[in-house]
Amino acid sequence: MRRTLAILLRNPLSLLGLLLIALVVLSAIFADFITPFPEHVGAVVDFANFNRPPEWPYIMGTDLVGRDLFTRIVFAYRISLILGVVVLAIAVPIGVAIGLAAGYFGGWTEYLLMRLTDVFLSIPPLVLAMSMMGVLEPTLTNGMIAVTAMWWPWYTRLVYNLTRSEKEEGYVLAAEVIGASSGHVMFREILPNCVPSILTKMTLDLGFVILIASSLSFLGLGVQPPTPDLGSMVADGAKYLPDSWWLTVFPGLAILVAVFGFNLVGDALREILGAGE
Amino acid sequence: MPPIVRLLGKRLATSLIVLIGVSMLIFAIARVIPGDPARIALGPNATADQVTALRARLHLDQPIVVQYGYFLADLSRGDLGISLYTNRPVTTDIAEFLPATLELVFVSGVMMVAIGVPLGILSARYRDSSIDNLIRLLTLLGVSAPAFVWAVILMLLFAYFTPLFPIAGRISDTFTIDKTTGFLFIDTLLAGNIKAFGNAAWHIVLPAFALALSGIGQAARLTRANMVETYERPYIEMAQSYGFPERRIANKYAFRPSMIPSLTIIGLDFAAMLGNAFLVEAVFAWPGLSRYGVAVILRKDLNAIIGTVLIISAMFLIVNVVVDLLIAFINPRIRYSQRPA
Repeated sequence: MRRTLAILLRNPLSLLGLLLIALVVLSAIFADFITPFPEHVGAVVDFANFNRPPEWPYIMGTDLVGRDLFTRIVFAYRISLILGVVVLAIAVPIGVAIGLAAGYFGGWTEYLLMRLTDVFLSIPPLVLAMSMMGVLEPTLTNGMIAVTAMWWPWYTRLVYNLTRSEKEEGYVLAAEVIGASSGHVMFREILPNCVPSILTKMTLDLGFVILIASSLSFLGLGVQPPTPDLGSMVADGAKYLPDSWWLTVFPGLAILVAVFGFNLVGDALREILGAGE
Repeated sequence: MPPIVRLLGKRLATSLIVLIGVSMLIFAIARVIPGDPARIALGPNATADQVTALRARLHLDQPIVVQYGYFLADLSRGDLGISLYTNRPVTTDIAEFLPATLELVFVSGVMMVAIGVPLGILSARYRDSSIDNLIRLLTLLGVSAPAFVWAVILMLLFAYFTPLFPIAGRISDTFTIDKTTGFLFIDTLLAGNIKAFGNAAWHIVLPAFALALSGIGQAARLTRANMVETYERPYIEMAQSYGFPERRIANKYAFRPSMIPSLTIIGLDFAAMLGNAFLVEAVFAWPGLSRYGVAVILRKDLNAIIGTVLIISAMFLIVNVVVDLLIAFINPRIRYSQRPA
């Protein structure tokens, strides 16, 4: 663990990634203290200062009702991160358990579980989440449900493939010979060997969950106003291109910065831990 | 039976099973809708009798298994029902909007392979050099933003600030092209109108590139990763010690076996593009499936939602079968192992 961190800190790219993640996470945590207009998170209007280009004290300009864009972007990070963490906290255990069962038991269990996974994987991720959001009311909780529903199959596939190769290893046979239960073999013997791959994928995915969630809200199927959200900010601002460019460019870059940070670190982790897709 | 036909048959059968699964899943999702689709379609002024009548006509008053039976029966006749939003058959709507989306996705797919794969080869051949690092950084940037962010940035840079490309649409209004296939690239050629063809191509560059960027990044990264692995094989060392030109080694001996694992993922990326096209179409006012898809979702138009998702999934499964066949052609082990015993 300490060795991994040391390698991450030595490589300039992963160091940049760590810095970007730290920037995003810390600003999200301390949003109330670092933003100049914390009250602009809600349905506030300030028509005296609407649609201002970037200038002090509005370093990223103001939106069409006069709210500070920088403030709203930082608070949007907070919501995106919460969403990302919750989605992975639910999707990963489900996906991992199904993948372990399918890979370990084989036979009919494998056939049924993997075909079920195929079904979910053969609807483009965004389309699946969109149709779920269409059915549910567009709230943060439902957004999480929709993204979770499209996310678990990827972990099932990953763990399924790992389990199939681990199953042939001597230590699994040894555990089976001394009479370990299948639950013990799956969760105590095989799972620990899958952890590096799972963690690597989770780091990368934290960025991608933010990306997909912002795509949903860009289409108007995600978090609803006045809750600040990067995707819907871009969508609202796109109507006022090119004159009010800051309305779209800054929220867009904010998504890029966050996802890029997680990707840089996830990529480096993949190389260090030797964990492939 | 030739092995490739057996493989094709097997893959098509699996795809059909998965497609039936998709139809069940999406049917189940669409039927747990809170709120009454019949009420939404008729508006708040409709009488209770009218709503009941429409519910009966749509079989909404029956158990879900029966509803699914009706749906399958209709589907087997190529009927996806009537859209409550446009009041037209869903198949007519999809036939109208799908070609524009497919055209966009196809051009993006070509860009993804034609730009991403060579970048990956370059990166692997000069691995750990500054070229490699630059390509890795750029491709990682490419996958780090959703397509709509790239669409907005490209539009600002290359349509507004330097007006090289058009801002929106598929073709300039000055051209009137008869609709035969709905694919502008084909229709303009059928009409023998080269200028219109050029105009359509000019319109598609920015949206297609915005859509392709993450795919390009993904394709380059995968190609690089798999090729670096292949480079460690003894036969590459042998080719090098024989003094074969590096270029030939890269393009032939290291590249071909590396493509096999990449192709599967490229197929999945293509599928993701079918979904992400929604994001790009919204920015460039592209008259594809996107506006229709979002509109029917917001209006809880059941038949149209089910139809749209089903068609997109079918497209995706077709792409996957094609990819599997490509892999079989490239990989001699699969090509020969399928031989009947």
